Amino acid sequence: MSATAVATRELLLVEAVNDALHVELARDDSVMVMGEDVGRLGGVFRATSGLRDAFGPDRCVDTPLSEAGILGAAVGLCMAGWRPVVEMQYDAFSYPCLDQLINHVGRYRWRTGGAMAFPLVVRMPYGGGVRAPELHDDSPETYYVHTPGVKVAVPSTPADAKGLLAAAIRDPDPVVVLEPKLIYRTARGAVPEGEHVVPLGKAQVTREGTDVSLIAYGAMVPLAERAAAALEGEASCEVLDLRSLKPLDEESLLASVAKTGRAIVVQEAPRVAGFAAEVAAVLAEKAIFDLRGPVLRVTGYDVPYPYWQIEDAYMPSVERVVDAAQRLLAA
Amino acid sequence: MAQVLPAERDLRRVIGDGDTVPDGEVDGLADHDLVELYRGLVLLRTYDERSVVYHRQGRIGTYAIYWNHEAMQAGSVYALSDDDWIFPSYRESAIGLLRGLPASTVLSWWRGHPAGWWNPADYNVASICVPIATHVPHAAGLAWGKRLRGEPTVAIAYFGDGATSEGAFHEGANIAAVVRAPLVLLCNNNQWAISTPLSAQTAAARLSDKAVGYGMPGIRVDGHDVLAVYEAVREGVERARAGEGPTFVEAVTYRSAPHATADDPSLYIDPDRVAAEQERDCVAVYEAYLTRLDLLDDQRAQAVREEALATMREAITAAEEEPPAGPELVFSHAYGDPPPSLERDLEDLRRVHA
Repeated sequence: MSATAVATRELLLVEAVNDALHVELARDDSVMVMGEDVGRLGGVFRATSGLRDAFGPDRCVDTPLSEAGILGAAVGLCMAGWRPVVEMQYDAFSYPCLDQLINHVGRYRWRTGGAMAFPLVVRMPYGGGVRAPELHDDSPETYYVHTPGVKVAVPSTPADAKGLLAAAIRDPDPVVVLEPKLIYRTARGAVPEGEHVVPLGKAQVTREGTDVSLIAYGAMVPLAERAAAALEGEASCEVLDLRSLKPLDEESLLASVAKTGRAIVVQEAPRVAGFAAEVAAVLAEKAIFDLRGPVLRVTGYDVPYPYWQIEDAYMPSVERVVDAAQRLLAA
Repeated sequence: MAQVLPAERDLRRVIGDGDTVPDGEVDGLADHDLVELYRGLVLLRTYDERSVVYHRQGRIGTYAIYWNHEAMQAGSVYALSDDDWIFPSYRESAIGLLRGLPASTVLSWWRGHPAGWWNPADYNVASICVPIATHVPHAAGLAWGKRLRGEPTVAIAYFGDGATSEGAFHEGANIAAVVRAPLVLLCNNNQWAISTPLSAQTAAARLSDKAVGYGMPGIRVDGHDVLAVYEAVREGVERARAGEGPTFVEAVTYRSAPHATADDPSLYIDPDRVAAEQERDCVAVYEAYLTRLDLLDDQRAQAVREEALATMREAITAAEEEPPAGPELVFSHAYGDPPPSLERDLEDLRRVHA
């Protein structure tokens, strides 16, 4: 603790998102929230609860069911001087907005020779394991990371959920924030009150270790921590929470692997060309002489996200991470 | 040959035929406005015709021709105030010239040179939208956002008949209507989307009928009649400014030029119909109108054309004199606060391509 201790509150992850929005809308009157059911209902997960009452229906806007239209309108709102924070109701509901995201959101600043900024945020609950119907479970981060001009953050703790969202709102560029819905109401922690910013592009070691680096983001961070605990006595695991996928904190990534010599990347998304492959490629290019074994991936599979009665077979598990670590240590 | 709409008789028109159909007039337009509209028409026409030549000379790249859509463009822009925002598609690539955007900038855009970048806020002209209809929600958002800020700004979005089949058109029009965005949706129905005729694009009897489904008025106008377009768009702008929301204007034209310099319409279009449509030249129609009013004669028309030609000569020279763009422009401007990886990539590129 520093001498000037910041007052904190114990919040759930989704409450921290809500707290960030209240603070940022109060701080900057050009920030507005828009999306499906965000106003009267406060969002299907209540992430936007209370905003309409506090800031009015013009700054917390219930939109038509129109993901591409919402994001397209947000582009125009930026041109009119607003900083829109767009909610996509669920991960897979965001796919119609990819047209706008790829064709315009990531390109428009460049198209104006840098003269015009598009400081919008797209936030959405993502990921599986919540016993939900089809298309409420996807991990679409790769589509966003792969889009030039767009940044991507994925918090795993309440404090980071608040701080990364605040950073995204203040950033001059479009930022997609993927919120792990699996731990919306199970991750609880101390969250600084008032303004709280966690800079984009800074990973965090959440558990120190010397034998294996478990590299994860979002809901896979607590899973990696449980795997590290399960491996205690057998191996000393370091857990690195990437927090931002773009910009990627390569320095922290390389430092961790330089220390441990072994890397396992955990993601929920399907394996092929997923973000774990990018991490593995960075390690192959820049850390090959530090590595004492292959970079392993524990991921979802290249199948449609399964119906919920069989979703546990799809999701990375503590057992699968432990198995990967044991194989790597035996190599 | 594909079936397309016959020449329409029930479209709003102002300009007569100098014979059996009498000329009308538009309230509020003085003689100098009528001449100013002509200058806009000629500037756009000259830009288009010279661009086709420049393409053949290898001086610009592939170019999307807008020949005989000048009345639709110039008439609508004249109904706006300078604070109002224009969202062009690639078919209106040079519409910014009517707002003082240098022709050299637009030529640079077609030359694939970064000197073709401009700041939309300098002219209230958005970047040229290449994908179809995806700028319709941008225009809705800008118009809505300006209204939320208490500014009286109106936006206009230009798109073709094919764009009305796109989801982005639907979503943009719907959101604009729901939030009562001060917006004019200007559909240039030139009846062809490359080789796809209107009959293969929609089963609607008229594109303007789509407006009712969004809860906004639809106006149908002869897109070759610069004064009729002006009047129709002015009506939409007035509604928008009065807080009554968006208006859909269908300007019926005909694409009597290839889609672009890379297109071969002989594969799909009836040459007789094209020849007939070329006879209905919107610039010539307006010249005849002004001549009947004694506002134009050959000498004055020639002077306006010469002025536009001089503008284009200077513009192509300026565009060709742009120094080659450096590789740093590949990396700069994509982000306000770029990821550190881009700096390393540029260093690497410079090392290899020193």
